[in-house]
Amino acid sequence: MPAHESSMNNTALSPTSNSPSLPDPLSRELVPRLAGNEAILSWLELDLDTRLTFSQGWIVVTNRRLLAKTPETGETWQEWGYRPGLMLKHTDHAGVGTLELVDAQQRLANWRYTLAVNVAALKLVDHFEQHLESHVTGEPVKQANEAICPKCKAPLEPDQEECPICTQEIHTPPSTWTLFRLWRFAKPYKNQLLAGFLLTLASTAATLVPPYLTMPLMDKVLIPYQNGAPIDPKIVGLLLSGLLGSALLAWGLGWAKTYILALVSERIGADLRTTTYEHLLRLSLEYFGGRRTGDLMARIGSETDRICVFLSLHLLDFATDVLMIVMTAAILFSINPWLALVTLLPLPFIAWMIHVVRDKLRTGFEKIDRVWSEVTNVLADTIPGIRVVKAFAQERREAERFRNANRHNLAVNDKLNKIWSLFSPTVSLLTEAGLLVVWAFGIWLVSKDQITVGVLTAFLAYISRFYARLDSMSRIVSVTQKAAAGAKRIFDILDHVSSVPEPTNPVHLGAVQGRIEVRDVGFRYGNRAILRGVDLAIAPGEMVGLVGHSGSGKSTLVNLICRFYDATEGAVFIDGVDIRSLPVAEYRSNIGLVLQEPFLFFGTIAENIAYGKPDATREEIIAAARAAHAHEFILRLPQGYDSLVGERGQSLSGGERQRISIARALLIDPRILILDEATSSVDSTTEKEIQKALDNLVQGRTTIAIAHRLSTLRKADRLVVLDRGQVVEVGSHDELMAKEGAYYQLYQAQARNVDTDIDDSDDEEGDA
Amino acid sequence: MSFELTRNAFGRLVLTDGEGIRHEGVLPVRAFPVTAPEAGIAVVNTEGHEVAWIDRLKDLPAEIAALLKDELASREFMPAIQRIKGVSSFATPSTWDVVTDRGEASFVLKGEEDLRRLGQTTLIVADSHGIQYLIRDITTLDKTGRRILDRFL
Ligand SMILES: Nc1ncnc2c1ncn2[C@@H]1O[C@H](COP(=O)(O)OP(=O)(O)OP(=O)(O)O)[C@@H](O)[C@H]1O
Ligand SMILES: [Mg+2]
Repeated sequence: MPAHESSMNNTALSPTSNSPSLPDPLSRELVPRLAGNEAILSWLELDLDTRLTFSQGWIVVTNRRLLAKTPETGETWQEWGYRPGLMLKHTDHAGVGTLELVDAQQRLANWRYTLAVNVAALKLVDHFEQHLESHVTGEPVKQANEAICPKCKAPLEPDQEECPICTQEIHTPPSTWTLFRLWRFAKPYKNQLLAGFLLTLASTAATLVPPYLTMPLMDKVLIPYQNGAPIDPKIVGLLLSGLLGSALLAWGLGWAKTYILALVSERIGADLRTTTYEHLLRLSLEYFGGRRTGDLMARIGSETDRICVFLSLHLLDFATDVLMIVMTAAILFSINPWLALVTLLPLPFIAWMIHVVRDKLRTGFEKIDRVWSEVTNVLADTIPGIRVVKAFAQERREAERFRNANRHNLAVNDKLNKIWSLFSPTVSLLTEAGLLVVWAFGIWLVSKDQITVGVLTAFLAYISRFYARLDSMSRIVSVTQKAAAGAKRIFDILDHVSSVPEPTNPVHLGAVQGRIEVRDVGFRYGNRAILRGVDLAIAPGEMVGLVGHSGSGKSTLVNLICRFYDATEGAVFIDGVDIRSLPVAEYRSNIGLVLQEPFLFFGTIAENIAYGKPDATREEIIAAARAAHAHEFILRLPQGYDSLVGERGQSLSGGERQRISIARALLIDPRILILDEATSSVDSTTEKEIQKALDNLVQGRTTIAIAHRLSTLRKADRLVVLDRGQVVEVGSHDELMAKEGAYYQLYQAQARNVDTDIDDSDDEEGDA
Repeated sequence: MSFELTRNAFGRLVLTDGEGIRHEGVLPVRAFPVTAPEAGIAVVNTEGHEVAWIDRLKDLPAEIAALLKDELASREFMPAIQRIKGVSSFATPSTWDVVTDRGEASFVLKGEEDLRRLGQTTLIVADSHGIQYLIRDITTLDKTGRRILDRFL
């Protein structure tokens, strides 16, 4: 049994009290065992057993007891009535959740399940605790006064069964008719496209005139002449000028159609590119975390271009070819149906061949695209890391990596070319064979006086064009497949829904006060639980210091507050509003963020400082730089504020970069200021200076400051100590010192290391 | 070997180290769960600090090794895919039906980037819930499986 699948359905059903849709084993086996006033409150369909193999089991909570049936217990239902001391503990690790039933003495039972059914499990635990408590205290069950989503703790409307925010996940694949989806981008140009199509029609028709004129030339001029009749210059002149005229017409129309369609396709390509890029920028950090730069660059750069070329050249050719074939066929049939039939004989063969080869080619081309991304990836990896590569003298290895990627690329291409190279010649062969048949049948018809020599010549003239087209049409197979593969990879981006979605009914806050509330937040990267049950309320204007060991989740908490990621459980509120119901950009414009790894863009220092507020005046920029103590070092640079910082700010030291990013955050005058190790790379004196400046700036702003050097946080109203993803202590410096807990230990450790600390910062200065 | 290991009534492992300090609720963790599962297991306490290091399980007394193996088996969840029965589509997200060493399962692959190569022939597939499936050696899959994978790699 596909364990996952069914459990997911179960979650979707959402076991609520007295739900009418009890799954089968429950209604069949369990309902008869229930006591009179006993009711099933919630259930969990387990998809693992305790040895972690996929199998089905059940845990059920009623108002009297907990029941369970697992493959280990066979057909019997185990049960535990409510009694004091009973506890149902819930943990998860690496994608597997564990429920443990314990009392004061021992573990009574444990169950495992995949996180696919986590929501049901959380609900079950909630119900268990409520009823256990009521059973022990004798008081009626405390119903939560407002319904909240068990996963994210967001309040639910009375009529909502499930949290609209948590159920947004979609698992439907995009349709395979990807190329047709390009229509979305072609639509704005439909008039031009129509004009182009009509021109194509006309110009194709014009190219079909000359062979038609060969017929009277043969039958009315040349053959009579051979039979002794004189040549009539009038007819010849007429026919020849007809030939010339049609050629000129075809030329003019051809030019117009190519021009119009090339313009349009170039625009479609550009639209596609910008739309994709815009969409990409709106995707969450999670998306970027999982992907490689080179791959994304290849998709947006070369693949949009390939689609554009496809639209402007190949699709156009193809349309012309199809028109040509249809028109030719019509003309041929109108002249002589039998000969026409024979002429068109190879067509089905070719169609069949195209069909066979197409599938192979498509997967092949998708593969080539992927391999190509691999090549770009190597570049995108190595070039930014060039200092590390050189420092460890690994140029040879990186070159080898690139060579390997290229070799892989070659291998995949070679494989494809084997099929591909066979294709064209085969079409040519069929073409030749077709011509042969037409000659033979035509001569036979002429000998039977069924057709004139002129008709045969016209047929041969048409058919050589016709087959030439078929040949080029067969080429469309590969380019179409290439374009389709490219389009698929672009739509992969376009179809991706941001994991921090824009709200459907956005709430606008207006003036933000800056009260931040983190309510029972849990967070996972993939299956790794990073934060658990974090509760934190920060008053407007308060300065909170976040401290804790490296890796304790400080930056992660900040990421959640900035909504770079959405919490896996629980929610973050600003001024009492769930941040997921605010427009993302509007919300973030209230936050000034200084990151642990400062990032500068290629451009001048002034541009970098004004990044969040491009219309800032020079005075504002300088004021921000002064506040961040960047002003003086900037003036020491040869071009002052106009100095270029190089890619990623390479030409500045670590501490200088940090100060610029502080200035950048200060310039937007945010209500909420977040400093993630904002001063970790500057020497102690500079830090003190920045600190002094910051002390003024944090006035009236909600500030969250993260620092390893605890002295940095002496101005903080409260300190929050995180340890392995949980808040372990909250209080002022003095309170926490008095408590002699986790903070005290951190502080002591640092006080002891104060000498090494100074050494450290000296090192950093030197290295930067 | 300088430690004792027992399991208490709550099902937790209790380690007593050479100096006689008891650590309750210790957990064994493999250092290279994929590339070298047998070579190097750390025992960490609830704080996440390493309290013992084991180079090789088979050097340990049998009952301790059994306890550790037991605990590892109930903690490690990385089903190894043995056969891919089918996928709902070659475009992601797609639902995969697979046979693993832990039974049959189906899961949703969210994007191609959730297929991660580890070395030449090993592959880790992360599903939409973060559960990781392992394909230890893609060359040992049957033809259908290889063809399906080929479309994603
Ligand atoms: N993108 C990510 N994917 C997976 N795990 C991550 C990611 N970012 C961070 N982590 C993990 O989350 C944990 C917490 O990281 P976080 O950056 O919040 O720590 P921190 O408290 O800011 O540490 P530091 O003081 O060193 O900056 C770490 O164990 C880290 O390995
Ligand atoms: Mg950090």
